[in-house]
Amino acid sequence: MGITGAEMLVRCLEELGVDLVFGYPGGNILPVYDALIGSNIRHVLVRQEQGAVHAASGYARVTGKAGVCLATSGPGATNLVTGIATAYMDSIPLVVFTGQVPTIMVGTDAFQEVDITGITIPITKHNYLVKDVDELPRVIKEAFHIATTGRTGPVVVDLPKDVSSAVCKAKPPQEVELRGYKPNYQGHPTQIRNLARLIQEARRPVIYAGGGVIRSGASDLLRTLAERVKAPVTTTLMGIGGFPEDHPLSLGMLGMHGTPYANLAVQECDVLIGLGVRFDDRVTAAVEHFAPRAKVVHVDIDPAEIGKNVLVDLPIVGDLRLVLTDLLELVEEKDHQEWLDTVYAWRRERPLAYGSPDVLRPQYVLAKLGELTRHRAIITTDVGQHQMWTAQHYGFVRPGSFLTSGGLGTMGYGFPAALGAQLGAPDTLVIAVTGDGSFQMHMAEMATAVQEGLPVKILLFNNNSLGMVRQLQHFFCNRRYTAVDMVNPDFMKLAECYGAAGLRIQQPAEVEPVLTEAINNGRLTIIECIISDTELVYPVVPGTKGLHEMIEYTEEN
Amino acid sequence: MSDAGKYRYNNSEVTGRGDLLKNQAASGEMLSGAEIMVRALKAEGVDTVFGYPGGAVLALYDELYKSDIRHILTRHEQGAVHAADGYARATGRPGVVIATSGPGATNLVTGIANAHMDSVPIICITGQVSLDMVGRDSFQEADITGITIPITKYSYLIKDPCKVASTVREAFYIATTGRPGPVLIDFPKDMMVKKAEFRYPPELDLPGYRFRTRPNREMIREAARLLAESTRPVIVAGGGVAQAGAQRELLNLAERSGIPVATTMMGKGTIPEDHHLCLGMLGMHGTAYANFAVSSCDLLMALGARFDDRVTARVDTFAPRARIIHVDIDPAELGKIKSADISIAGDLRRVLMDLLAEFQPADYSAWRERVYRWREENPLAYDQNGSSLKPQYVIQRISDILAGDAIVTTDVGQHQMWAAQYVKRNKPRTFITSGGLGTMGFGLPAAMGVQVGCPDALVFCITGDGSIQMNSQELATVAHYRLPVKIAIINNGYLGMVRQWQELFFGARYAHSDISGGPDFVKLGDAYGIKAMRVTDRDGVEPALVEALGHQGPVMIDFVVEREENVFPMVPAGGSLNKMLGR
Amino acid sequence: MKHTLAVLVENRPGVLTRIAGLFSRRGFNIDSLAVGRTENPSVSRMTIVVEGDDRIIEQVCKQLHKLIDVIKLNDITEEEYVDRELILIKVHAEPNNRTEIMQIVDIFRARIVDIGRNTLIIEATGDQGKINAIESALRPFGIREVVRTGKIAMVRGAKHKTETNGKTIV
Ligand SMILES: Cc1ncc(C[n+]2csc(CCOP(=O)(O)OP(=O)(O)O)c2C)c(N)n1
Ligand SMILES: Cc1ncc(C[n+]2csc(CCOP(=O)(O)OP(=O)(O)O)c2C)c(N)n1
Ligand SMILES: [Mg+2]
Repeated sequence: MGITGAEMLVRCLEELGVDLVFGYPGGNILPVYDALIGSNIRHVLVRQEQGAVHAASGYARVTGKAGVCLATSGPGATNLVTGIATAYMDSIPLVVFTGQVPTIMVGTDAFQEVDITGITIPITKHNYLVKDVDELPRVIKEAFHIATTGRTGPVVVDLPKDVSSAVCKAKPPQEVELRGYKPNYQGHPTQIRNLARLIQEARRPVIYAGGGVIRSGASDLLRTLAERVKAPVTTTLMGIGGFPEDHPLSLGMLGMHGTPYANLAVQECDVLIGLGVRFDDRVTAAVEHFAPRAKVVHVDIDPAEIGKNVLVDLPIVGDLRLVLTDLLELVEEKDHQEWLDTVYAWRRERPLAYGSPDVLRPQYVLAKLGELTRHRAIITTDVGQHQMWTAQHYGFVRPGSFLTSGGLGTMGYGFPAALGAQLGAPDTLVIAVTGDGSFQMHMAEMATAVQEGLPVKILLFNNNSLGMVRQLQHFFCNRRYTAVDMVNPDFMKLAECYGAAGLRIQQPAEVEPVLTEAINNGRLTIIECIISDTELVYPVVPGTKGLHEMIEYTEEN
Repeated sequence: MSDAGKYRYNNSEVTGRGDLLKNQAASGEMLSGAEIMVRALKAEGVDTVFGYPGGAVLALYDELYKSDIRHILTRHEQGAVHAADGYARATGRPGVVIATSGPGATNLVTGIANAHMDSVPIICITGQVSLDMVGRDSFQEADITGITIPITKYSYLIKDPCKVASTVREAFYIATTGRPGPVLIDFPKDMMVKKAEFRYPPELDLPGYRFRTRPNREMIREAARLLAESTRPVIVAGGGVAQAGAQRELLNLAERSGIPVATTMMGKGTIPEDHHLCLGMLGMHGTAYANFAVSSCDLLMALGARFDDRVTARVDTFAPRARIIHVDIDPAELGKIKSADISIAGDLRRVLMDLLAEFQPADYSAWRERVYRWREENPLAYDQNGSSLKPQYVIQRISDILAGDAIVTTDVGQHQMWAAQYVKRNKPRTFITSGGLGTMGFGLPAAMGVQVGCPDALVFCITGDGSIQMNSQELATVAHYRLPVKIAIINNGYLGMVRQWQELFFGARYAHSDISGGPDFVKLGDAYGIKAMRVTDRDGVEPALVEALGHQGPVMIDFVVEREENVFPMVPAGGSLNKMLGR
Repeated sequence: MKHTLAVLVENRPGVLTRIAGLFSRRGFNIDSLAVGRTENPSVSRMTIVVEGDDRIIEQVCKQLHKLIDVIKLNDITEEEYVDRELILIKVHAEPNNRTEIMQIVDIFRARIVDIGRNTLIIEATGDQGKINAIESALRPFGIREVVRTGKIAMVRGAKHKTETNGKTIV
């Protein structure tokens, strides 16, 4: 008895342990939808394909498994592009299946034909157009292998309709056989020994930890290392949660909107230990002024990252978990009290400051939210000022509890990602922190949340403005504000029309009671905080300056 | 090739911008790249752009601020690109979109692909990270020129501020000439700030870009001969007729010859649909009589149509007895799907003018009688019994109430097909729909673009409950600019077209096509301050439409219709045109 | 400086697009690229000549290496290798200067492969130095058309690096 390609796909997914897919149907993916009937894989129907891919990405970040989505050919596939690019920039494992027109029509500009494998070359780790149904089991296996190993990332599998309808005789292979793909995990022993020596000799070390720490599950090892050698730790935006921010050695985030003390520490350190980072321009600011006194160590799973943006004194290619395990065998206790005193003094004297508490401040709301959730909620954000305030003020302590679009900075990511996160962690409180601009990009997914019964909280900072752009215009365009003022819907009515709860905060005194109510009401809720569009994110490091040349908050500005 | 190869600017009769350009030929000022961009846009006659700001386009927005170009801020970049597309389709002028780098740029992809498939001239300007940061996976960097290779007519990455002016000029030239299409300009941040001399118009240097407008005489004579020899001819008019502005010539040809005309969905309105020679739409959901006519004809003249699979169904049984004359501006379309007996590359207006001069009408009255009999015996029909509100009825009433100048946009699904069947259009560029890509979510932003381009027109968006949700955030844009578009949601609680396919071809197993959970569209309209109504029965339709038309601002009507109605006739994919279901 | 990369890739559709796309996306300059099948029909070999400083070449190699379809990669610039390029030159030739052209052809051990009324097509193979030399020697006569294949190269000696298992970056 033969089964179709679509049925084979579903069977392979089941065997790979996939229990949830996100998608949206359409003509050329219909055979797969039909095959899903009777499978125990749960399918979540979104309202726009971009929502599916962001949700799959949120799910992947929370569970560590590959997120899976389905879309039809043509517009269904192109609607995934931003989400795929977002996942690619942040190394999130996804396997994306798109329908395609029948193979004989490929290349004829047929109805709903788009060359999605061509389009996604720059934004996928790899992709496939399956032309023969008997290749399908192998391709599926390879796709998951590639997505989830080495430096993880998205893989697209394009499935022509005749392929998913044809009878498949091949069986899934036992092993993946890819002669061009052999990720390297074990760090080079000599280099690790060199690193141990360098750490032993360092007098002003700083650990600079990125998303790689979280992706490789190395946060406990990072903590052991930091404590043993008394090195302060700063994280990138993607690394937030990789080191507990309530730890004395934590300096919070560095970079363009980093804490003053993290930025100063990086500029003054003599050894900078980069772990699972990529020296992104949002982190380094002007790269020629970055960490000018430091020997730079770079540990990463992806050899191509090493030496890409900065010259590295000590490169190590490998999986962080393995490298740190080896390293910890070699390093001994150390102390740098003087250095730590200096850093702690900066932290005392130049904290993250913001305006007076008599009006509603987003920073205050976020700090309060941190307290009320004991810093243990899963927080997703969109992109803009609210994203930076969240990174600065919530106080993250757990890896995988902060989900944000770092590399691509995609507005609209936060809410669908929260839906995926909630599905991946059904018992955890999930909060999407968003702005009025960002939320509108995918607010239609409210219908998905209601349909799936997901009690996600949407903490919406409404400044009636594309705040971050307005802030840039404030600093760099002489306050000529254009195309940033928003005419918005009434978000309370919007909540109502989807059958969600709507709560509004206008005064500081309302913060605690309203947040408490929302946290406990067990349903999808929009919490709208009305804030001023003049509120700015501080500090700011202009892109052409060194990290120490921050513009910090003062009462005058 | 004839009159190509001289890289003059577009024939000014199409765009009317020739004079403007001459006046602008000022010399020699040093300006920033962003200033040059804005000046060049103005020189191209641009007065409106659609966009969404961000870090990488800050400098460009700062220049827009200083200029008098109108900027329409949408709520998602996809809204902007569809709006520019709708603007271009309705006005014939290129639509312009601005988006930031990275996610801003990638959010345009669907809209660009959509415009590409339907040959719509749009110019997309995307910000990019500074040139020295390109290729390093920088913050908000995306290789948008690489990504869009398969879906643009051409694309540019500006690497020198001296090239800004010539790039803009070339981009408009390429987008609007020959077979129109989208052109993308990727504009790095540092290039916006760097200065260069501004001169306009600059030289065009496009040795690789040629198109042919003047047809081959010999072929025209041959075509005339075939027409004279044939006894059962049919004309199939596609979107190319509208693009070429050849509706008068088409009507002339039809009336002088008495040849019946079927249109593709993109060709709707290129011949008045109340004309006796018009057979309406052919294809998968075409009228039975158009499909019969095409299946029985001995000569098929395809004008600006591309034998899409939604039109031909099974290609080898399409027009099986016919000789074929295929006219298109794009030589690559000729013989791509169906080999023609006579292929003519050229501008349709010229082709038809030449053909009108050549050809001697024959007597096709017997054939016409036969076709008309098919029409009488197989009209478009639906079951009018029962108490539920039929979607076809709603759409018919919309068609009745619209004056000739109204412009209709649609989304994608059953409602689109019913609109194509039941909304009668008598002019080109008044039925605006996503044909080649079939993009759900196109209808509302396209309607915004149409309304911006044609402020006095009545703009009516016919959408589905699934489609509207794809870009419903644009209701804020509608409210923001008080665009008085009328939105009719044909609400069946389903991804109806998907459900129909599942019913007919997948044993009525409705996997994930039920979307009846909401939102409440009346409350949704209300959240935006948009007048909103709900209609659930036949008697409510007329008053609601009258009220909507009487209202100054935007209106949204939620038509709650029969849930499981199907679109008929239907030719199953891969079947033959004359074997229709539900007839 | 110019580097010569020998790249073994899967012989599959789309591989060339991936590699060309990578070069344009990352702003690397390709001097020439030649591709063809190897002794193993499932493997193609590309010889890519790229221009750039050491850091750029390092990035080129690492980025290429990341492509799943790239099986193996060697920067052979510093190695002992044989390289060849094929050129076809259509040169203007009047009866009075044909002998002179033929002498040049002899010197370079090239061949005349077509004779037109007042043109000759000359075929030459050799390393890039020789190819450049013959091109400039013929330039005074008036070159009508030139086609070059781009360089192909092979390391001398034992077949030490052609097993397709694991990638080497030099
Ligand atoms: C898809 C997309 N388009 C544009 C941008 C550029 N951008 C970055 S932040 C921002 C404003 C965000 O506004 P909002 O969501 O209201 O957040 P706020 O900054 O006001 O907190 C914009 C437009 C982007 N990052 N993503
Ligand atoms: C972006 C996108 N995703 C998926 C599809 C596949 N598709 C075609 S029609 C349709 C259903 C449309 O539903 P609705 O808008 O409610 O219209 P109806 O068919 O019910 O009238 C779908 C999902 C598409 N055309 N575009
Ligand atoms: Mg519907």
